[in-house]
Amino acid sequence: MPKDHKPRLSKSVRHHLVAYSFIAPNFIGFAVFTLVPMAFAFVLAFVEWDGANPMAFVGLRNFDRLLHDAAFHKALWNTVVYTIGVVPLTMACALALAVLLNRKIAARNFLRTVFFFPYVASLVAVAAVWNFIFSPTLGPVNNLLNALTGIPFEELPRWAADKDWAMFTVVLFTVWKNMGYYMVIYLAGLQGVNPELHEAAHLDGANAWQRFWNVTIPQLAPATFFVLMILIINSFKVYDIFINLFAGADNQLNDTTRILVYQIYNTAFRSLDFGYSSAMAIVLFLIVLGITLVQFHGEKKYGQ
Amino acid sequence: MADSKKGWNAAFMALVYISLALTVLCMLVPFAWMLSASLKLSKDVFSFPIQWIPDSPRWENFKDIWTRIPLGMFIYNTAKLSVIVTVLQLLTSSFAAYAFSKLKFRGKHALFLGYIATIAIPWQAYMVPQFILMRSMGLNNTHLSIILLQAFSAFGVFLMRQFYQGIPDELCEAARIDGMNEYGIWAKIMLPLSKPALSTLTIFTFVSTWNDFLGPMIYLTKTELKTIQIGLRMFISQYSAEYGLIMAASVVSIIPVLIVFLAVQKYFVQGIATSGIKG
Repeated sequence: MPKDHKPRLSKSVRHHLVAYSFIAPNFIGFAVFTLVPMAFAFVLAFVEWDGANPMAFVGLRNFDRLLHDAAFHKALWNTVVYTIGVVPLTMACALALAVLLNRKIAARNFLRTVFFFPYVASLVAVAAVWNFIFSPTLGPVNNLLNALTGIPFEELPRWAADKDWAMFTVVLFTVWKNMGYYMVIYLAGLQGVNPELHEAAHLDGANAWQRFWNVTIPQLAPATFFVLMILIINSFKVYDIFINLFAGADNQLNDTTRILVYQIYNTAFRSLDFGYSSAMAIVLFLIVLGITLVQFHGEKKYGQ
Repeated sequence: MADSKKGWNAAFMALVYISLALTVLCMLVPFAWMLSASLKLSKDVFSFPIQWIPDSPRWENFKDIWTRIPLGMFIYNTAKLSVIVTVLQLLTSSFAAYAFSKLKFRGKHALFLGYIATIAIPWQAYMVPQFILMRSMGLNNTHLSIILLQAFSAFGVFLMRQFYQGIPDELCEAARIDGMNEYGIWAKIMLPLSKPALSTLTIFTFVSTWNDFLGPMIYLTKTELKTIQIGLRMFISQYSAEYGLIMAASVVSIIPVLIVFLAVQKYFVQGIATSGIKG
């Protein structure tokens, strides 16, 4: 009787059906609203399209345009500068806070809450308060600097409104707002550090600093990998922070604060140049992909 | 020798506390200033030295903002979207993560790799084609667009799967031997064990939906559909000199998130403390 075989086969099929049924609810939504648009982005990058008239295939012309687009180059450069400012500073602050909070200290839970809160707080609101506090002539920061140093207002930094200080201001703001998030990831990573290793190192005569470098840091490699990956990606896709710190009612940014996503957004939704906008988006994608590949390689080599 | 070590330790701890106190100050001062300014007349907001507690607090600010802009509607819209997205996200993510972590099936690794790969692809790289797709489905200027956009993130699946990896397979094996089916194991074993992970995902999803700026900016152009972020920004640009009112509206926009945060952060901190998270 083939009956002996049938249940075995159907068991495997059933097993697969069960597994797929777990995946399906997420995957269907994910496929339709993420994978399809992603694929569409690659098509759009090779066409010229205003969203109404028929698409025209233009080959690599959009990418050729990118090579000669000074505004795009500036936006890309500003994004890189922003990333270089934000990533190391955030990582250092987040790790330092996490290590401090991982000790048995008073009010630990309260401190965690306080450090994490700016990340949770609505961006528009905290950006508004920052703009008030750092207002060039009215704000308490410049008033304080003026009172302490006697430097007249005209010579003090004009922060977000100052082309030399705008990037510094936005980096400071981003670190302030987001470091709590990365601190939490590090805290979670620190929970995974085996205390026996610390004790062993202690018995071998390693001091606190040596234990930190040789026990904690290597054990934190997966957390660090995660933090680095998310931080760089988040820096490259920044848009809302810049709009809320720098732009007026028209949502326009100037040459010193223009960033990659701003160019993508404006090219698509203001100039209705969807093909060209997608070419920029592909550049964003390739940059992030490149970083991710490097990190995956690093993770394989040094992690876990 | 022991004494000097004790001294060093005390000095070190003092340093730790001082640096923590300074950081706390940096973190809280903007909020304190916001709260203080929200109770002042616009002309008094910037008086220096700062009067932290206003002599005659202007509570009317908190009354006036509701009529100046449809703040209540903005908050309702945002709350509705955040709750729906969070529930969908938790359900579908933990569901999919269970299969990725505890079940064997063909194509598992390829599929998971696909998920991971898309985490690295910034939404901003495909937001334009996504908008075109949604518009062709007639979904622009609907709340459904924001829900569909936010509810199926690969990040949620990744996060939950990482947590589930830390739960021993033997637990599921034992339940299977006891005759429990996979859905039962998910509901009765994995979900209760992953409370910390779920809390983490809840807060991240809720907050990112609540604070989402670019999504609603692209999709919701009708005032009656707008979320608090877009509404607040509209208010700030319309009444840019109404400093007191802007700060009052800002305070209001932060309060719901503060409440949710304080409510689940018990689980949240617990989740971190009880070693639930392990990469």
